[in-house]
Amino acid sequence: MIEPNQIIAAARYLKDEAGFDMLLDITSVDYCPRVEGRFHLVYHFYSMKKNQILILRVPLNGNEPEVQTIEGIYPNANWYERETWDLMGVHFSGHSDLRRIQLPADWEGHPLRKDYPLGYEEVQYSFNYDDIAKTKSHPKD
Amino acid sequence: MIKLPAASMDQIKHLVSERALTGETMLLNMGPQHPSTHGVLRLLLELDGEIIVNCIPDIGFLHTGIEKNMEAKTYQKAEVMTDRIDYMYTMGNNLVYCLALEKLTGLDVPERADYIRVILAELSRLQSHLLWIGTSAMDLAAMSVFLYAMREREMILDVFELVTGQRMMTTYIRPGGVWRDLPEGFEQSIRQILKVFPKRIKEYESLLTRNPLFRDRTIGIGKISVEDCIRRGVTGPVIRGSGLAYDLRKARPYSVYARFDFDIPTQQEGDCYSRYLVRVEEMRQSLRIIGQALDRLPKGPFRSSNRKFVPPPRSELGVSMEALIHHFKLWTEGFSAPCGSVYVGVESPRGEMGVYLEGDGGPKPYRAHYRTPSFVNLQALPLMARNHFVADLVGIIGSIDIVLGDADR
Repeated sequence: MIEPNQIIAAARYLKDEAGFDMLLDITSVDYCPRVEGRFHLVYHFYSMKKNQILILRVPLNGNEPEVQTIEGIYPNANWYERETWDLMGVHFSGHSDLRRIQLPADWEGHPLRKDYPLGYEEVQYSFNYDDIAKTKSHPKD
Repeated sequence: MIKLPAASMDQIKHLVSERALTGETMLLNMGPQHPSTHGVLRLLLELDGEIIVNCIPDIGFLHTGIEKNMEAKTYQKAEVMTDRIDYMYTMGNNLVYCLALEKLTGLDVPERADYIRVILAELSRLQSHLLWIGTSAMDLAAMSVFLYAMREREMILDVFELVTGQRMMTTYIRPGGVWRDLPEGFEQSIRQILKVFPKRIKEYESLLTRNPLFRDRTIGIGKISVEDCIRRGVTGPVIRGSGLAYDLRKARPYSVYARFDFDIPTQQEGDCYSRYLVRVEEMRQSLRIIGQALDRLPKGPFRSSNRKFVPPPRSELGVSMEALIHHFKLWTEGFSAPCGSVYVGVESPRGEMGVYLEGDGGPKPYRAHYRTPSFVNLQALPLMARNHFVADLVGIIGSIDIVLGDADR
């Protein structure tokens, strides 16, 4: 577990000196009611020579977290970080191409967050469109 | 909320070369409904005449929110979603999920279940490779291979139907073992497959390996080096086709793979043709594993007797109070996994498929994330496709063997 501002240094050390030459995965977890350390980024590094996996956890504070990209060190972080931004809303500063990857470009919200509701739209027995719009948590349309 | 601009030319400006902005090179959209993109993959191509200058994959058309859905279901129900991820390797998806769950909860698996799992996972790999050899040869206009490959694939799907009741979405491998014991007639049908397949694989080879048209379209096309593979996290037949014998079944053996004797085929060139050779040889190795597992298939229980995780047999419900309580609890509330997180990877036909599973002490996964090989391997497509013809791009996509359900989840 390391602090978010050390991620670049840690990744560089892992790649250049510790021999972790492959980035297996980046994912994220949301511990929602918590604000301090609400999001955890989970990095999986793999060393071909030593046949070891190293897991780094990076806690991030606040609802709009931001962390530096490691795309410059591991090129395949590009899509993982885009996915994490798309689904979890973790912003990677310095990323070359931070667009949504899975969802349409005009989507609002980040579905994997715990405060994003899962489910269908309730049937409204009303033509009062103002009232209907109020009940929607994510007024997309 | 930090907002990104809507989809427009401005958004992709930084991805294409300056020549595209002046109109010197052409931007061309390929897909998502293109028949040879193996699903719904959209590629934005920057072309100089017929040469690919740049290729920008756009995925997500098949995104179904599986990870989000899994969080809302109990562990048993969430497993049904995993079938739909890589729909060509359903047994492996179940296997990796169950391995992760067993690691998280410390659940034991009887030996017989382990062997059944290996046989079925290898059959799954075989049918995935068969479909691959058919479709990717068809992309290169070798139509007849597809018909032969589908004929043999049918034999394997029939076995799945016999064992699990389903041809594709099986959900047969369950936490703590498998759903039910092997039915009668299983061994005969596998023996039949083992007898027929070596001949049939030779048939495909005689259709393709020395076929001059196929060789012209694949040798030297879509090259990638081992270093590039490692840098980009590419695994599976692509990295083995480049010369590195990296296979999770040997590197980090899971289940009972360490007990079987098999080789990891490699090729040195790293082009489409060597990836083809690797896959054909892998089919033979899969048959070897299946043969050994079938010979040594032990007798005994097919699922764990830990009643806190595995439902009791139906016959006990009428006579045992505990069994009834366990049955009721397991099918209403489900079982709980402790707090903590695990990562387990298996070798799918496309590369390393990993699952990251986090429990919070309740009956539902707090976070389930799949590290899918197609998603990662597709990132290397622009690198492989650069400076090739558009017609070759089709072959390169085929040679990576992407499954879009796997990439989009």
